[in-house]
Amino acid sequence: MNQGIDLQGSFVNALVDLGLPAGAAKALWLPLPMVVILVGATVSIFVTVWLERKISAAAQQRIGPEFAGPLGTLQAAADGIKLIFKEDITPAKADPLLFTLGPAIVVIPVFLSYLIVPFGQNLVITDIGVGIFLWIALSSIAPIGLLMSGYSSNNKYSLLGGLRAAAQSISYEIPMALAVLAVVLMSNSLSTIDIVNQQSGYGILGWNIWRQPAGFLIFWIAALAECERLPFDLPEAEEELVAGYQTEYTGMKFGLFYVGSYVNLVLSALIVSILYLGGWEFPISVSWLAGLLGVSETTPWLQVITASVGIMMTLFKAYALVFIAVLLRWTVPRIRIDQLLDFGWKFLLPVSLVNLLLTAALKLAFPVAFGG
Amino acid sequence: MTLAEGVQLVAFGLLVAMTLGGALGVVLLDNIVYSAFLLGGVFTSMAGLYILLNAGFVAAAQVLVYVGAVSVLILFGIMLVNKEQPFVPMRRAWLGKAATGGVCVGLFALLAASTLNTPWAISSEVPTGDMATAAIGIHFFTDYLLPFELASVLLLIALIGAIVLARREFIPDVAPGDLASEALQLPERPRELVSSVSASEPD
Repeated sequence: MNQGIDLQGSFVNALVDLGLPAGAAKALWLPLPMVVILVGATVSIFVTVWLERKISAAAQQRIGPEFAGPLGTLQAAADGIKLIFKEDITPAKADPLLFTLGPAIVVIPVFLSYLIVPFGQNLVITDIGVGIFLWIALSSIAPIGLLMSGYSSNNKYSLLGGLRAAAQSISYEIPMALAVLAVVLMSNSLSTIDIVNQQSGYGILGWNIWRQPAGFLIFWIAALAECERLPFDLPEAEEELVAGYQTEYTGMKFGLFYVGSYVNLVLSALIVSILYLGGWEFPISVSWLAGLLGVSETTPWLQVITASVGIMMTLFKAYALVFIAVLLRWTVPRIRIDQLLDFGWKFLLPVSLVNLLLTAALKLAFPVAFGG
Repeated sequence: MTLAEGVQLVAFGLLVAMTLGGALGVVLLDNIVYSAFLLGGVFTSMAGLYILLNAGFVAAAQVLVYVGAVSVLILFGIMLVNKEQPFVPMRRAWLGKAATGGVCVGLFALLAASTLNTPWAISSEVPTGDMATAAIGIHFFTDYLLPFELASVLLLIALIGAIVLARREFIPDVAPGDLASEALQLPERPRELVSSVSASEPD
C-alpha cells in the first residue's frame, strides 16, 4: 500500500520552515485531526436529527420542520439553543453529583470511539492494533452512566429505565461482539484499516456482507438495541416509564443524552459500513479503474479523488443505514422487555455462536475466500 | 524531556492519584453506591496504566471485563437488592475498625517489604505493543492451555449455577375453591407459570 499524501508531514514541514521547532510543530498538529473529527461528529447530529425529522414526517405524510433554515435544516440548532436556555433543574433529594456525572459518562465513550473510525487508508486519528475491540470495550461503559443517571434521579421510572438500559446493553453486547469476532477472524486483525483492506480489491463483490450475511443482520439488530432505537427503545418506553432514565433531566443535561444517542447511531452506522459494507471502498474498485485508465496509483490528483470518494462513500453508507434505522422506527412496533431479553439471549446469542463456528470452519475449508 | 515523556509522566501521576484515591474511596465511603461507581473509576484508571505500559489489548480487555461487566453487575446487585436495614450503633465499634485497620496496615507493610526486596528482573526488550494480541492468543493455546481451559470451566460452572438459581419453579398457593369469578377476568387464555423470574440475569 502506498503512503499517499502525508498531510501530517507537510503540515509539520511547513511550520518547521516558518521557524518553529519540530516538537512544537508536531504538538500543534496533534489536536487538529481530533478537532476535525469532533466537529464532524457534532455536525452529524444536525444531519441525523434533520433526517430523522424529515423521514419521520414523510412516513406519516407530514411535511416536517420547514421554517428553521432552508427545508428546516437548522431545526436541530434551534432545539439545541432552546435546551441551552432552559433552566437546569436538579430534583429535590436527587444526588446532584451523580446526576451531573451520568450524562457525561454516557456521552464521552461515544465520542472517544470515533478514534478508530477510518475514512480512508490514512484518514483516521490512530490506527491502533486493538481497533474494533476498543470500540466494543468503550461501548460497554455507557451502561454505567445510564445506571448512574437512573439511580441519582430519585425517581422510580428513572431507576427502572436505567436498569432496563443496562440490561439491554449488556445482553446485546455479546451477540455483537461475537459477530465482530467472525469478521475479525476473516481479516486476521482487529484494526479497522485492515478490516476494510481485506474487503477491498473486488469492488462491491468483496464486501463482507456477502460472506457474513447472518453476521451483518445480527450486528445491525444488536447495534439498534445498543443505540436504544425502536423497536428496542424500552428504556424510554413512554407508555410505561415516562422517559426512562431521562425523566428528570432538563436543559443541556437532557441535551447530552440526545446528543449521545444520535452520535451513537451515526457511529454504529459507520462501524457497520466499515465491518460489512467495505468502509471507504467504492462499489467499483478505484484502483482497478485507475489501472484500466492507465493512471499510476501515486498520482497526486488521483489520491485526492480517492480520498474524497472514500470520505463520501463512508458517509453515504452510514447515512443509508441511518435512513433504514429511521424507517424501521416507523415500521416495527416496540417489543416487550421479556421479548427483548429472550430474543437477545435465546436467539441472537446461539445464532451468532453458530455464525462464528461456521466462519471458522469456512476459513479452514476455503482459505482463499475467507482470509485464511 | 520530550513532549511524549512529559505527557507520560503527567498521565502516570494522574492515573496513580485516581487509582489510589478511588480505591480509598471504595473502602472508606459510607454510601455503597458511591463505592461501586468509584470501583468502576479505579478499574478505568488501571486500564490507563496498562496503556502507559504499551499493553493496549490488556487495557481494552480490562475496560470490557471489569468496567463493562463486573462493575455493572455489582451495581445491578446493589440496585436490585432493596433491603432496608436499621443501623444499630454498636458499643465499642471502634475495636473492630481498629483491628481491620491493623490487619490492613500489616498486609500493606508485608506487601511493600516484599515488593522492595524482590530483585525484579526488568526486561530490556522492546514492548510488543500491538502484536501482543497475537502473542497472548498463542500463549493461551500452547503453554497456558490448562489454566485457560480451567478458567473457562469455572466460568461455565458459575453460569450454570446462576441459571439454576434464577429458574426457581414458582407454584402459586391458590386453593382450587377460591379462584376469582370468571366475570372479573380478562378474556385471555390462562398462561402457564414457568418461573417467577424472567430470564433477565445478565452475563
